[in-house]
Formats: sequence, structure tokens, C-alpha cells
Amino acid sequence: MHFSLRSALAIYQREMSRAFRTAFQSILSPVLTTSLYFVVFGSVIGARMEPVGGVPYGAFIIPGLLMLTLLGETTSNASFGIYMPRFTGTIYELLSAPVGVAETLAGFVGAAATKGLILAAIILATATFFVDYEIRYPLLAVFYIMLVAASFALFGFILGIWADSFEKLGIIPVLILTPLTFLGGTFYSIRDLPTPWDAVALANPIAFLVSGLRYSFYGTSDVPIAVSLGLTIGFLAVCTITITVIFRTGWRLRE
Amino acid sequence: MSEPILSIRGLTKTYRGGNRALDKVDLDIRSGEIFALLGPNGAGKTTLIGAVCGLVRPTGGTITAFGQDLSRDWRKARARIGLVPQELATDMFETVWRAVSYSRGLFGHPRDPARIEDILRSLSLWDKKDAQIRALSGGMKRRVLIAKALAHEPELLFLDEPTAGVDVELRKGMWDQIAALKQRGVTIILTTHYIEEAEQMADRVGIIRGGRILMVDEKRAMMERLGTTEAVIDLASRLTSVPEALAGFGLELAEGGTRLIYRGGNGEGQGRAEVAALTQALTRAGVGFTSLDIHDSSLEDIFVGLLGTEQEAA
Repeated sequence: MHFSLRSALAIYQREMSRAFRTAFQSILSPVLTTSLYFVVFGSVIGARMEPVGGVPYGAFIIPGLLMLTLLGETTSNASFGIYMPRFTGTIYELLSAPVGVAETLAGFVGAAATKGLILAAIILATATFFVDYEIRYPLLAVFYIMLVAASFALFGFILGIWADSFEKLGIIPVLILTPLTFLGGTFYSIRDLPTPWDAVALANPIAFLVSGLRYSFYGTSDVPIAVSLGLTIGFLAVCTITITVIFRTGWRLRE
Repeated sequence: MSEPILSIRGLTKTYRGGNRALDKVDLDIRSGEIFALLGPNGAGKTTLIGAVCGLVRPTGGTITAFGQDLSRDWRKARARIGLVPQELATDMFETVWRAVSYSRGLFGHPRDPARIEDILRSLSLWDKKDAQIRALSGGMKRRVLIAKALAHEPELLFLDEPTAGVDVELRKGMWDQIAALKQRGVTIILTTHYIEEAEQMADRVGIIRGGRILMVDEKRAMMERLGTTEAVIDLASRLTSVPEALAGFGLELAEGGTRLIYRGGNGEGQGRAEVAALTQALTRAGVGFTSLDIHDSSLEDIFVGLLGTEQEAA
């Protein structure tokens, strides 16, 4: 299979420079939002809360809040990255260039995932100002965050190709990702829910993501880490296959 | 003749909804020429370009560029093709320099600031290199798109309506720039509905309408074959018939016998020579005339005439 590193790098660098050009919106605003969560739920309310599974409440919510920002920002970043060229017509250049699905993904998805990682690092650094926490398995945490960032960058890319209006572009992160993350055990342990709500909560795939990340932080989780990892890798695979099919058929890209 | 740089056979495109934009198009483009694709709006010009450049998926037919089948060796072929689209679509917040450098990288070429500088200078964009594209005038934006298309040094360049919405002064400048590209050995295919543009620039002209190529020929040959000279002679006094001495000129008597009309020639000077001979014959025959108006048919007349007959035939 042919792969042009130069082409991929060109796309990647341009996407990154686009992010820095809009640094306030793409980095500062999610960091500010997450900081507010830490202040309200971590420091103020968290101080009156019981520890969850031996973890102080302020620390307990960090993986969930991180996941909330990571999912939302990575998805919208990647979806805007491909939707805007479609909307303005600049996509002609990409379509006429000697680049295939591999370079396109490496560029767009790589950049969106990188932005997700930068964001995650900034949020974790910010959190140290409000709550005390330690990461038990740092390597696993980094790997898991990268995995999630890559998966949702791919997901966002599909969203950006599917959407034919700004409304559709915004609808998935706001109406699906955010509620599912809130209900996916960001602020509580699913095991503490009364029956049958604990079982219902497990129908929410994002609960597995939050649980997986929390395991890498504190060694406790609602579901086994292997299940979380497997599910995330499976999601990554499904998204990759979907995009490959989209490129092969030219759906919404080539008339 | 050497092998064509681009060869299209039986190219067909039917859009969803049944609109047939291209209907079994055959076309060969010669290396180093400027080819003008001429046709009214909706004739299929942009679809044809899109099919070659990868924006449109053909329904049928084959496209061979540089001797390679585009459906298989598209990477190699596309790396050598440049496209300047009709719409002014570009990242408005990017600077000229970055936008053009990005295009070069996207097409897999290593950085080459000297090359980019060359391109920007040749398009009179050098002093705007650090300006955001949104701050440029329409004509400059168009030149930025050309610079982007040239950044990877294509051998075959498509210009889709390069002078649409460009004022007369700038249009002349654009023609000079296109001619300079040809000098550098770039093969150019441009679409236009300004016939004057095709007449000025092109080596060969193709006329497309309703997704079909009606005619492809050397501009000169087309004008020779279809071009005519028309002379309108207002007479000093009324004639009842064309005088015997002038029978060989194929004249028509009009306006109740006060006007003679000559039509003939080949668009390459023969008609004018005949009109000169005609005036002498008029004088010899003692036919006085008060005015003489000679008009060579332009590509535009040919084009309108051709589309007219096609319409009648349809």
C-alpha cells in the first residue's frame, strides 16, 4: 500500500496551525469549563462528599471530567476539520491530490487526536490546583487516553462527512456524547446505583470508557479494564472500516 | 503525432436523479498545447474537469493521463495534474505563503521556498505573501488559486473559467500569465464561455454542449472551415438584378435593390481579397456605391451558428 508521509504531514501541520489560530476556542474554553467543574464539584461540593470506593470525591471525578472534555472536543475538532472544507469547497484540493484514505486519516485524525492529548494534559495539570490525586498506572492512562482520542477523532471525521448542515454537526456531541458521559458514571460509581439502574447504565458504552480510565487512575473500576479496552479498540476498528468504505465509495465526498 | 498527454474515451457521467452531464465524450489533448473547452453554462465543462481531477466519479468510460489508466494509477497521474477551480474556494484565514506551501506538501513534494517565491513572483503575489487571503481582491484570490495549483509543478493544468468575474484589464494580464505557463511547457486545458478568450489563447478549441463534444479542431482550421467574410455594399442607385459582370461573386441583392451583400471566403483572408476584387469589378461595371462594410466572422459567430444549427437539429 502506498503512503505519502509528506502529504500526511502537510495536512497534519495545517490542522494543527488551524487549532493554534483558534487557540482560545479550541484550548482555553474547554479548560475553563473543566476548571469550573473542579471548583464546584471537586473543591466545594466534593469536600462534603463521602469518598467513592476509597477515592476522595474530588479525585474520583477527574477521569470522568477528562473523558467528558476529551470526547466532546476531539469529536467536534475532527468533524469541523473535514466539514469546513466540504462546506467552503476547499475540499477540491484534497480530492484532486494524490492522497488516499491513509494520508487523509493520518493528517486529520492525527491532528484531532493530538489536540485531544494536549487538552487532556492541560486539564490534568489544571486539576492539581484544585484536588490532590495520583495516577496509579500512568502508562496505561496515557495509552488509554490516546486510544480514546484516536477513536473519537475517527468518529468525528465520519460525523463531519455525514453532516450536511451545521446543526447536524453540533447535534451528536451535544445531544448524545455529553448526556451519555454525564450518565456514564462521571460523578458517581455505577455500582452504587439501585437495581435495575446499574444494569441500565451498562447499556451506555461511555460508561465503559469512564470506567476504564478510572481504573488506570485509581485501580478501581465498574467493569473489568479488559472489557473497556476491548470495547474501545473495537470502536476504533469499526470507525476505521467505515471511513475506508466511505473513501472507496466516495460517499458525500465525490459526486 | 506523439502520444496524447490526456486521452478520454467514452466518458459518461450520469448524476443521481438522471441528469446526464457527460455523454460518451472522446477527447485527446496534445502535450504542450492550450486547449479551450467552449460551451454554454451546464454543458458539462466542469464535470469533465472533475472527472479527470478526481472530484467526480465517472459512470463509464476511461481516462488515460501520461499513458496511465486513471482508475488504477490515479496517484501517479494526479501528482502531475493541477486544478484551478471555478469557485474562489480557499482557506480565507490562511496567508498566501502558507496556503501555497501547503499545496506543495499535500501533493507530496519537499519544501522548496525558492520555488514558491518564483511562483508568487510570476503571479505578482510576492508582496502579498504574508497577507491573509480574505484581505485580497477577487483577481488576486484567483491568482492565489493558480499559485496553489502550480505549487507542485504540474505538467497538465486545468483552469476552470480562469477569468470569470475578472475585469478586462486583469483578464489581459491573466492571458499573459497563461501564455507564460505554456512557454514553460505546461499543457493547459481551460474552460470558458468568453469566446474571445478561446480565440486569443487557444491552439485548439473543443465545443461542448449537453454533455457531448460537438467539434474539436485547431482554432485556425475551425475558422478557416467555418469562417466567412461578409461585405455589405450600399449602392448609389437602385438595381433590379445583380449585373452580369458580377455574377461570379455570389452576391445577394437586398433592401429593395439598394444593397449588395457578399458572403464567402474562409476566415483566412480569402474573403477580403475577393471583396477587393469585387469593388474593382463594381467600378468597372459602373455601379456606384456609397458605403462598404466588411466583417470577418469571429469564433463567436461560428460558435453561435454551430449551437443554433444543433438546436434546430435537436
